[in-house]
Amino acid sequence: MKVLVPVKRVIDYNVKVRVKADGSGVDLANVKMSMNPFDEIAVEEAIRLKEAGKAEEVVAVSIGVKQAQETLRTALAMGADRAILVVAADDVHTDIEPLAVAKILAKIVEEEQPGLVLAGKQAIDNDMNATGQMLSALLGWSQGTFASELGVEGDHAVVTREVDGGLQTIKVKMPAIITVDLRLNEPRYASLPNIMKAKKKPLDEKTAADYGVDVTPRLAIVKTAEPEARAAGEIVPDVDTLVAKLKEKGVV
Amino acid sequence: MQYGLTDEQEMIVSTVRSFVENEIYPHENLVERTGEVPKEIADEIKRKTLELGFYACNFPESVGGAGLNHLEFALVERELGRGSMALNHFFGRPQNILMACEGEQKERYLMPAVRGERMDALAMTEPGAGSDVRGMKCAARRDGGDWVVNGTKHFISGADHADFIIVFVATGEDMTPKGPKKRITAFLVDRGTPGFTIRDGYKSVSHRGYKNMILEFDDCRLSDAQVLGEVDGGFDVMNTWLYATRITVATMCVGRARRVFDYALTYSAEREQFGQQIGKFQGVGFQIADMITDIDAADLLTLAAADRLDQGLPANREIASAKLFASEMLARVTDAAIQIHGGMGLMDDYPLERFWRDARVERIWDGTSEIQRHIISRDLLRPLGA
Repeated sequence: MKVLVPVKRVIDYNVKVRVKADGSGVDLANVKMSMNPFDEIAVEEAIRLKEAGKAEEVVAVSIGVKQAQETLRTALAMGADRAILVVAADDVHTDIEPLAVAKILAKIVEEEQPGLVLAGKQAIDNDMNATGQMLSALLGWSQGTFASELGVEGDHAVVTREVDGGLQTIKVKMPAIITVDLRLNEPRYASLPNIMKAKKKPLDEKTAADYGVDVTPRLAIVKTAEPEARAAGEIVPDVDTLVAKLKEKGVV
Repeated sequence: MQYGLTDEQEMIVSTVRSFVENEIYPHENLVERTGEVPKEIADEIKRKTLELGFYACNFPESVGGAGLNHLEFALVERELGRGSMALNHFFGRPQNILMACEGEQKERYLMPAVRGERMDALAMTEPGAGSDVRGMKCAARRDGGDWVVNGTKHFISGADHADFIIVFVATGEDMTPKGPKKRITAFLVDRGTPGFTIRDGYKSVSHRGYKNMILEFDDCRLSDAQVLGEVDGGFDVMNTWLYATRITVATMCVGRARRVFDYALTYSAEREQFGQQIGKFQGVGFQIADMITDIDAADLLTLAAADRLDQGLPANREIASAKLFASEMLARVTDAAIQIHGGMGLMDDYPLERFWRDARVERIWDGTSEIQRHIISRDLLRPLGA
């Protein structure tokens, strides 16, 4: 079985995000970019499936700017076998919307015929949480979202999903789309031998046009704003005052 | 000139940095408080480093290392320099002088060191022989076919965890026009050899937990099989392998300085006084400007020196300049970071007071600033007959 893992280049989770002065988006100039952490978990899971003998090949895909090549190299250094880069934008500030990404992925799936697509549940830059679901709809494949556990048994995948109020375990027929949640695994560091090997692994470069997908945005961003600053707290002398204050505010 | 790093080098940097942030930082306060690295933590760091293929990454592939070049190894050590030396000691980087091992020594010392099975340390300094290495009193005399060693070494980092130690010992004296000159030989000495004791050294303000040990030799009997290099050839192995270790100090100073800088930068942007962020005051903003300029300069100087080694160019002076500048830069940067933090900078709630203390030794060990200036100036003036 082949596993396809879409990975997105996003602003590093450690970076303090700054909104552009004109409110049109987030400033990405000279900002550290990394692989979307949920995608890293997906790559890790795919590699584990390979190590467990349940997958033969792990293919990483990234759709976006040319610099996403670095993100793919990271996936290769972690242990993916080869990569496909789909250049769909020139400006790092251009975000390809989930539907366009899903359409391109659907074409790649047709070509590659993976048994499983393992994706992050969402990208940490815009938190859309849509690509996996859209891909599933486009392909007519089963989906298991928010996976915190994954087992592959024959032609079925058993997925434990993190849902409101608890865990739900479902069994889906493969091929399937699984989107992964935070607790599925802890991604490995790239080992030094794998880092050195990553450059020699194949990385195919394509464009959105190669797949005949129009990536023109359908959504207009009206405004991007910083979250409101937290109001200053108040230090109270003792527990009694704390309780009185909380009662006063109607919290307890 | 090429200034950018390759994709592989970028990945090496980001992997080692993540490793230090996730595997080293969380244990730092414990080590600082107790002055010890618990065995479980040491073993875990070592195991993970081995798994990642970074253990002994400075050794060539022919002996099982990763074969990084000097520049790449400098990048690894630069990132390690961010973290505690006591802890990152277990991100093993055996002394590359072990490449001088011959015959059976390879299986007994070199290979186990590269595989992480045996740890090494290096002993040169004595109470009476610091910068003046040739002034060493620790001496070996011939007795039958063996050597009998007597004397003391101190400030021996890593000896507490070492399974064997590379010890430089006087093995005779030559008369020269400038007076008597000692002949030096390097020996591989196993822990537990009769007559050889390793004991705790002094309590240092810098790098707590990265202990300096005292070695005592009392009629310690060694064989010729334990000589590293040639008899009386200690200076040759030293000159072949050790001068590059000063790059380690320089790179680690740069890594540490970048970590310190991040604290100063964040604090300057968050701390408010007189109704605005203190970074908006020129007095602080300009300090930030000077700090990053200082750090970038040291970084480039260091990487350029490492790159010269890779190109096979003479680099002794350049390495000395890098070690001198980077260690003095770290002193300025840690001091400025504390100034920006004000009183809080001195409290152990922040690691800044620790960085400041740690920085002090960098201008002393592996050749003091004065020795580096001597190397640089002699390199330039000697050819002119001055």
